[in-house]
Amino acid sequence: MRYQNATAYRFLAPYLLIFSIFWLWPIIDSFLISFQATRTVPWRFAPTFNWGRLIGDPAFFNALKNTLLILVIQVPVMISLAIVMAVLLNSPLLKARGLFRFAFFAPVVVGEVAYSAVFRLMFNLDYGIINKLLNSIGLPSVDWFTNVTPAMAVIMMAVTWRWAGYNAIILLAGLQSIPEDVYEAATLDRVSKVKQFFYITLPLLKPIIVFCAVLSIIGTMQLFTEPFLITERGGPGGGTETLGLLLYRQGFRSLNFGYASAIAYTMAGLAIAISLVQIWLTREPK
Amino acid sequence: MTSHSRVSRSQARLGRSIVLHLFLTPLALVWLFPLWMMVVFSTMPDNGIFSPDIELLPHGNFLDNVGNLQRGTNFIGAIGISVSVAVTYTFLSVMLTSMAGWALARYNFFGKGMVVAIIFGTITLPYAVVLIPQFIMVARDFKLANTWVALIVPPLFNSLGVLFMRQSFSMMPHELFDAAKVEGVKEWRIFLFVALPLARPMLAALAIILFLASWNNYLWPLLINSKPGAMTAPVALGTLIGLTKVSWGGIMAGAVMLTAPMLVVFVLLQRHFVAGIAAGAIK
Repeated sequence: MRYQNATAYRFLAPYLLIFSIFWLWPIIDSFLISFQATRTVPWRFAPTFNWGRLIGDPAFFNALKNTLLILVIQVPVMISLAIVMAVLLNSPLLKARGLFRFAFFAPVVVGEVAYSAVFRLMFNLDYGIINKLLNSIGLPSVDWFTNVTPAMAVIMMAVTWRWAGYNAIILLAGLQSIPEDVYEAATLDRVSKVKQFFYITLPLLKPIIVFCAVLSIIGTMQLFTEPFLITERGGPGGGTETLGLLLYRQGFRSLNFGYASAIAYTMAGLAIAISLVQIWLTREPK
Repeated sequence: MTSHSRVSRSQARLGRSIVLHLFLTPLALVWLFPLWMMVVFSTMPDNGIFSPDIELLPHGNFLDNVGNLQRGTNFIGAIGISVSVAVTYTFLSVMLTSMAGWALARYNFFGKGMVVAIIFGTITLPYAVVLIPQFIMVARDFKLANTWVALIVPPLFNSLGVLFMRQSFSMMPHELFDAAKVEGVKEWRIFLFVALPLARPMLAALAIILFLASWNNYLWPLLINSKPGAMTAPVALGTLIGLTKVSWGGIMAGAVMLTAPMLVVFVLLQRHFVAGIAAGAIK
């Protein structure tokens, strides 16, 4: 086929322009800024200033630990739940399908601020509906926001509530692309539904599950709004501070752009590592 | 097949159906609960929210709460900004991404592999990496903080949308476009008047997802438009959480005002929503 460079680039120009100004240059610039001391005017080149601080900063390791902790617990729980939702919503036996779809998919349209406000109020110590319901079945109130473990649990529940349906939508589309006759053949061979799930559904869905997991990991890794609003700036005492929140605090509260850029590049490094794992997991068997 | 085994199979089906609904119904109720409580809270006076009783039904204080919110912060004005920004953003972004998608679907050109690599590469790149230079550039170099341009233009870059539109255009019969070309129709007219109308359902899906993304965007507007008169609605609402300037009932009324229109759109256009989200993964 012949090349149509001029026409193609005319259509691509606005997109590539936005990319160059607001992504390409910032990606480079952010890397450069991470090697500068940015709290002096003018900024000066100081290669170990931020990175040296990073590897000895307890606040960084605290945020890294919290972020990874949320990742390893919340993402598997949410993806498993999303798979269950998708498989059950896909069942031909399901009645009132529209209502169930609404229940699980509706959080997808709810903004972070709106749902953070609701979760914060629901988990209030003295007047929150969750503690009232716990009391009504004879359980003691939980002091959700002054202890680290329950505060983390609230964050994880909130994120799971918001994003499980989103992943279920993607997984459901994947399920519907599996040809029906695969299951019909298995049913004729008297393969049980449970076995069909583990030996047909899961393997065929694997690339999509991995895709969902990677998007979720990268999203959760940048978690900002929930610890910012629900647990009030990463409280109690930094117990729910994430990398995203530390970056915000360093970059936009202390205006320490150099250090914040080093934190940003650490997050990018983690994301690249995770993407490589994804490529490795979904590679075609030779 | 004997009638006996047919009976036992239909019994097994019934049993499975009961188990399915017994499991899914409580889960669905748990999932609806936060949304329901948002509505309940938004209709209660604060002495009702902070009372020891369990209140699970709406009261009649919604408009008082809206009034309370409006006095504490010009929330209606902020909603006006959010709507205008989301509409403009959606239009521009749909144009930008479908033009790029069209170029990738229809032409061979030098550097195509590079463009595709950029698109795939940025999907998994954390936004955090560009956030700080973007902020410095827009606020300090361009002096555009607290303007609409700052809210609309930087988020225009969007990878999944381009992939979605490329996919949509490549599934169309190219003979149609080639026939138009033979007739002497210019490429941009083929794009505007042949391809785009054919892509209407996909454009609808894309537009809904982009509108939602702009409507709910929080971090970037929080950083770049922090002046009270320039805030979007989520940012304005976020500033109230944890303070006592506005009652919780007022905050919840704001949350309902942000959420309810999107839920209505979701119910009416669920098919497009689902298509837009699912397209991120399925090719």
